[in-house]
This record gives sequence, C-alpha cells and structure tokens, in this order.
Amino acid sequence: MSTTAKISLRNVHKGFGPKKVLQGVDLDVAPGESVAIIGGSGTGKSVTLKCVLGLLTPDEGSITVDGTEMIGATHADRDAMLAKTGMLFQGAALFDSLTVWENVAFGLIEGQGMKPAKARDLAIARLGDVGLGSEVANLSPASLSGGMQKRVGLARAIATDPEILFFDEPTTGIDPIMGDVINDLIVKCTRELGASAMTITHDMASARKIADRVAMLYQGKIIWDGPVSEIDDADNPYLQQFVAGDIEGPLELDLKHL
Amino acid sequence: MPIFAPVGHMFLTFLALVGRVTVFAGRTIGHMVTPPIYFRLIFKQMREIGYYSLPVVAMTTLFAGMVLALQSYSGFSRFSAESAVATVVVISMTRELGPVLAGLMVAGRVGAAIAAEIGTMRVTEQIDALVTLSTNPFKYLVVPRVIAGLVTLPVLVLIGDIIGVLGGYLVGVNKLGFNDGSYIRNTFQYLEQLDVISGLVKAAVFGFIITLMGCYHGYNSRGGAQGVGQATTNAVVSSSILILISNYVVTELFFTR
Repeated sequence: MSTTAKISLRNVHKGFGPKKVLQGVDLDVAPGESVAIIGGSGTGKSVTLKCVLGLLTPDEGSITVDGTEMIGATHADRDAMLAKTGMLFQGAALFDSLTVWENVAFGLIEGQGMKPAKARDLAIARLGDVGLGSEVANLSPASLSGGMQKRVGLARAIATDPEILFFDEPTTGIDPIMGDVINDLIVKCTRELGASAMTITHDMASARKIADRVAMLYQGKIIWDGPVSEIDDADNPYLQQFVAGDIEGPLELDLKHL
Repeated sequence: MPIFAPVGHMFLTFLALVGRVTVFAGRTIGHMVTPPIYFRLIFKQMREIGYYSLPVVAMTTLFAGMVLALQSYSGFSRFSAESAVATVVVISMTRELGPVLAGLMVAGRVGAAIAAEIGTMRVTEQIDALVTLSTNPFKYLVVPRVIAGLVTLPVLVLIGDIIGVLGGYLVGVNKLGFNDGSYIRNTFQYLEQLDVISGLVKAAVFGFIITLMGCYHGYNSRGGAQGVGQATTNAVVSSSILILISNYVVTELFFTR
C-alpha cells in the first residue's frame, strides 16, 4: 500500500524530553481516502498531524507525501507539499487582523499570488460552499460564533482546491447540531475535491460520519486500523472501551480515583 | 557546594537564551535580505510603530527638554555658567535623552504590543496556520516589524530631539529670562553633526532591539494567556535592559577615541 499511498507514516517516533509521545506510528492514507485517527487526550493525535505537516520534526521514522520524503525535506519540497494541502484547525485559527474574506483568500493571494479582486470573488464562492453568505465577508472573525468560525476555517482550507485535507478536532467546542453541520460540510467538500483526508478526533460520531477508515492511537502506536464499518465488531478491547466510553477497561486513563 | 548549582544553572540558562536570541536575530536578518518582502505590511507596521508612538514620544521629550533646562540652569548658576544651558539641552537631547527616552517609551508601547499580538497568534495556532498556507511566519510577522522599527525609530527620535530642544527653549525664554535670539544661537553654536547622527544610530539600534525582542518573546510564547502575559513582560524588560546596555556600547564606539 505504501507505494501508492498519498500519505505514509513508517515507524514515526517523537518525544519531548523524557516523554515519548509517538513510539512507532505506521499509517497509510490512500488517494481519495478519508482516515480518522482516534484516541484519548494526550495520546499523540495532534503530534502526529503536526509531524505530517512539518510543524514538528519527528525524532526518527519516515513520512512520505506522494512518495516524497518529508523528514529532512528541502524547503522546495516542503512548500510543494503545503501547496497541495488544506488544514482546518481545532480553534479555526483565523487571523484576527484580517476580515473573513481575507482569511479565506489568504492562500490564494499570499500562496498563489492571485490578484485580491479575483481572490475575493473566489473566497465569497467558498463561503457559499460552507453555507455562509457574502454579508459575512467583511466582518472580523472575532464577531462570528464558534460554528461560523469553523466554517470560515473550512472555507479557507478548501480555497486552494487542495489534494489533501487535514482536520484537527473539527467538532470540538461547538454544539452537536453545528458539529453535524460541520461533519456534513467536511464530507461534501472532501468528496467534491476528491481529496485525501486525515482527521484527528475523539468524537466517534464525527469519525463514523467523515471517515472511510479509522485508526486508533494509544501509547504512541496505532493499535487498531480498519474500515469504519468494522468498528463495532472489532475484536479489540481498547477500541471497544474507547467507542463505548467506559471508564472500566484496559485503557490506562490519566485519572486518580474518582 | 549547593550554592554553586543554582548559580551555574542560571548562568547556563542565560547562555542558552543568548544563543536562541542570536539564532532568531540571524534568521530575521537572513529573511530581511531575501524575497519575498511584504512592503504593504512594512508600511502598516511603520504606521503602528512610528506614527502612533508620536504623541507619547513628543510628550516625553518635551518635558525632558523643559526639565533639563530648569535643572541645568539651577546647577550651572552656582558657577555662573548659565549661558551653557542651551548647549547642554541640545547636546543632551540629541546624544542621550532623545534616543533613550524614545526607545524606552516605544519599548513599553510597541514591544509589549508586538509580543502580545504574536504570542496570541502562537497560542491560538495562527502561526501554524500561516505555515500551512505556504507563508513563512518570519517573513510575514517578524521581518516587517523589525524593518519598521529600524526605519521609524530614527525618525521618531529626530522629531523628539526637535521637540525636546523646543521644550528647553520655551522654559529658557519664558521662565529663565534668556533672550530668544541668543538661546537659539547658543543651541546651534556647539552642536555637531556627530551629536545628531550618533543619536539616530542609537535609535536604529533600539528600534531593532525593541521589535526583535517583542517578536522573539511572542513567537516563543507557550501556555495560553499566562504565557502571552509572560512574553509581554519579558519583551519589555529585556528590550529595556538591552537598550541601556547598547546605549553604552554605541556611545563608546562614537565618542571614545
């Protein structure tokens, strides 16, 4: 699979001082496939994503995107990879100093050198794709609700027609109904672009809806990896405890006696 | 000896900090001389750092000049050297008080704002977002602020010098009874180009230090609101100390033969 994978992680390790967060992560994302990495807080989901994006440098292992090694990659290779990716951050990470449309058009203007007038039209079209009207285009991100900010973040992520989309906890911090709206938009946008997607989440409803395949991260390794349809029947006690949300089970929780 | 361990630890921590700041400064200078350069952002920062600092610098230097005239008159009258007041005011303002006071005021106003803004961007993942949008955060956030600091501080100080000298003139003529023509003549009689130029060079150095330290502490802030608050404090304290240290170094370079 690794020869045709859009994204491939092999034996990826990453630690922070004495704390070993990733201890040999192996994962593939095929072209057009949507993979959700699930796991509890502090298991290394965000670290995995940041390693793929180059925001963190793994201690060892291999990460390839379209066959190009990203660990130790040249600036040109890194820029080429980032040019075909879009990312929705957990808190949307919209630029406070820019208006909504400038946020959405940022990658078009700064990354692709598009003229602002044309980029503005495209940005408003992208806002329409995520269910936002042109009346929000000139607003400040701070004046939007959390759900609207997520949708603007999604519009920004898809503005450049990326081949790969990354979603960091897309439904965290918003109500269940808006979460479902975001999930639907992610599915719609990913399918329309034909993009590969890597999502990290601890929201099982979100994972079931947006992913073709689920990988569970625990103690720095992928302990289960399979189609989303097989989650409920999987013979993996760690996965079953996580899916059921039980306190009792083999997962070592970072809890004192309640 | 238990006493040496914490002292040694502090010294090593300090050396590591100096190393990190030096690397940060080196990266900044490297990005300053390679494209792309965001001129639109440079002009925006020049407005933020320069134009909006003008009132506070003007007030500071005006009263510094006025106080200087009063103090030097009171001191020099002890040995009948009142006529030196205008010269003392202009040389003190251009060489020392103009650049140092403007530098410290801008450090408090701009250094804190830069650290808070970039620190907030760091903890809310906006800097990571810049990277994923194929934009180098150094070029987009750091370089425009540092160039704007380098360029605008000398202009601010030049204006501050003029206002400070004006403050001394107002007190000298209206309160101390100097003849306005002789005060102006005394002001320029012993003033040399080097007095003004050295002050402007200091201002450029201070502008670099203020913006660099604001960017460094903001860029490396961690831990949410508390981390941003700490970054803001560190930016103001470190830039203020570095201003005073570099002030001595530049003075020695210019005036020690």
